[in-house]
Amino acid sequence: MARITLDTLRHSYMPNPEGPEDYALKEIDLDWEDGGAYALLGPSGCGKSTLLNIVSGLLTPSEGRILFDGQDVTTLPPVQRNIAQVFQFPVIYDTMTVYDNLAFPLRNRGVAETAVDARVREIAVMLELDDMLGRRAAGLTPDAKQKISMGRGLVRDDVNVIMFDEPLTVIDPHLKWKLRSKLKELHHKVRATMIYVTHDQTEALTFADKVVVMDDGVVVQIGTPVELFERPAHTFVGHFIGSPGMNIMPCTVDSGRAIVDSVPVATDNSADGATGRTEVGVRPEFVAFADTGVPARVVRVADTGRHRVVEARVAGAKVHVVVGDGVSVPDGGAFLAFAPAMTRIYSDGWLVGGAH
Amino acid sequence: MATKTHNERAWLFVIPVVLLVAFNAVIPLMTVVNYSVQESFSQGVWFWSGVEWFEDTLRSERFQAALGRQLLFTGIILAIEIPLGIAIALTMPKKGPWVPVCLVLMALPLLIPWNVVGAMWNIFALPDIGLLGYTVNALGIDYDYTQQPISAWVTVIAMDVWHWTSLVVLLSYAGLASIPDAYYQAAKIDGAGRWAVFRHIELPKMNRVLTIAILLRFMDSFMIYTEPFVLTGGGPGNSTTFLSIDLVKKALGEFDLGPAAAMSLIYFLITLAVSWLFYTIMTRQEEG
Repeated sequence: MARITLDTLRHSYMPNPEGPEDYALKEIDLDWEDGGAYALLGPSGCGKSTLLNIVSGLLTPSEGRILFDGQDVTTLPPVQRNIAQVFQFPVIYDTMTVYDNLAFPLRNRGVAETAVDARVREIAVMLELDDMLGRRAAGLTPDAKQKISMGRGLVRDDVNVIMFDEPLTVIDPHLKWKLRSKLKELHHKVRATMIYVTHDQTEALTFADKVVVMDDGVVVQIGTPVELFERPAHTFVGHFIGSPGMNIMPCTVDSGRAIVDSVPVATDNSADGATGRTEVGVRPEFVAFADTGVPARVVRVADTGRHRVVEARVAGAKVHVVVGDGVSVPDGGAFLAFAPAMTRIYSDGWLVGGAH
Repeated sequence: MATKTHNERAWLFVIPVVLLVAFNAVIPLMTVVNYSVQESFSQGVWFWSGVEWFEDTLRSERFQAALGRQLLFTGIILAIEIPLGIAIALTMPKKGPWVPVCLVLMALPLLIPWNVVGAMWNIFALPDIGLLGYTVNALGIDYDYTQQPISAWVTVIAMDVWHWTSLVVLLSYAGLASIPDAYYQAAKIDGAGRWAVFRHIELPKMNRVLTIAILLRFMDSFMIYTEPFVLTGGGPGNSTTFLSIDLVKKALGEFDLGPAAAMSLIYFLITLAVSWLFYTIMTRQEEG
């Protein structure tokens, strides 16, 4: 197990990158603690798979270093880094049995057969594969195959980090959460550093202790699921996480206070130091209908079963309001109140007064 | 419940294809079957002879020798072309500007008409004026495919390998190209060596195309006629007289229609049986 440090990492797929738009990864500084469960969350094309391949050694970064326990491994091939990776589509060795699949990484490393046997059986029990060890791996279901891919990483006790590259893509929905909780359970048992790449917020938030949110080659925020939900550092995080995402309304600033549609709005942070484009962000869960406040116009109501989501317009911007049972929704014109502790001012996308 | 409409006129639509198959397959085949069970003395006079021709053919040393040569030839070219084709496919680039160049180069031999291939090798391998034949003799090896059976065999096999290995290469290459990168990456991470990658990833993924390659090469080489006919004419002596050459000699050279028909039916059944065997293995693999 190891602590992983990414030191001013930049990567471009072009031979001679010029501007920042040529970089798939713009500048990444990260520390992954030993034994942590991390998720790398972002939309398709944000650079998360590039980052993963750099950590695993399948790709050498254009600039910067990557350290395992303080040791520079930037140019080492995957085998010498002692990492394991589970891919989007299950990779199994078709002609082998489940047992031989699990034993394969150990046998390649010249481990004695008695030790191989003990370890394979131990991991098989952990993954609930023990009753199918003798079967050919080719005929199994996708979730069993994906468990085998995981198992091949878990059998090795010298693994520095296990990486998952959207591993649940081909798994049936009703098995997804089962496999996900299995993964969480495994992490508690083996305490390996795990990095889980996904574009699915539910997967990221349920698996990880800490989520790294990426957008367009940049790390936008690192935090616990609660932090990401309650205190998004960037409007992208607010919008990307949550369903529906955070409401973002344009605002003007007057002596540190935000003004939306000429109504002053109480916020958690002060707008001092705000420059450029200013916006107010508040999650739909913290918006309510009131007798006075920001004027809005109700456009439509969607019933999700647990609650209703009202879509309204405020100063031309789309605003969602989550409404519980028994609360009546006004027709047409209405006023909205925002919970001050959960309402924040952003400038040029970033939280004003945030760490950025 | 939907009721099925019965309309006998639908059969009219099947007539064209029935006629086509009848004229290009069923009627010629039945003519051969007809010949194989009869004896003819002169034009238009036929006697029933039962399975006599079949017994004669199977017992005849000439047929057995031709069948033996045929099996040996097919065995040798399969043993060379399949591994060689896989080896070449493995060394071909997977992406980049050289891919189309390699593919076109590989496809070239397949585009040459079979009799031209025979004629090319005929001249190429002549010991006195052919580039290959002359060079080999200049190196001190006594080589003359028009006189020595061994030389003739080597030439026929070299010609077939040159002509048809490309097919195996192209099929194997297609099989290799369908393997996702993740497999190679996973193998790297699992610490697998080059041989293990071939044995556990590439070979299993090429399994199906290889079965097709073997089936095609088996059928084609088992029915080979044009190239050895142009090259050696079946000689020297009978040393390169394969089944189809022997069959043509018998049917058209000696005009022994009955025995020739019996022989061609036996020939047909062997090819059919082996192809069926391959097909069964292939479909079983898909299920497995």
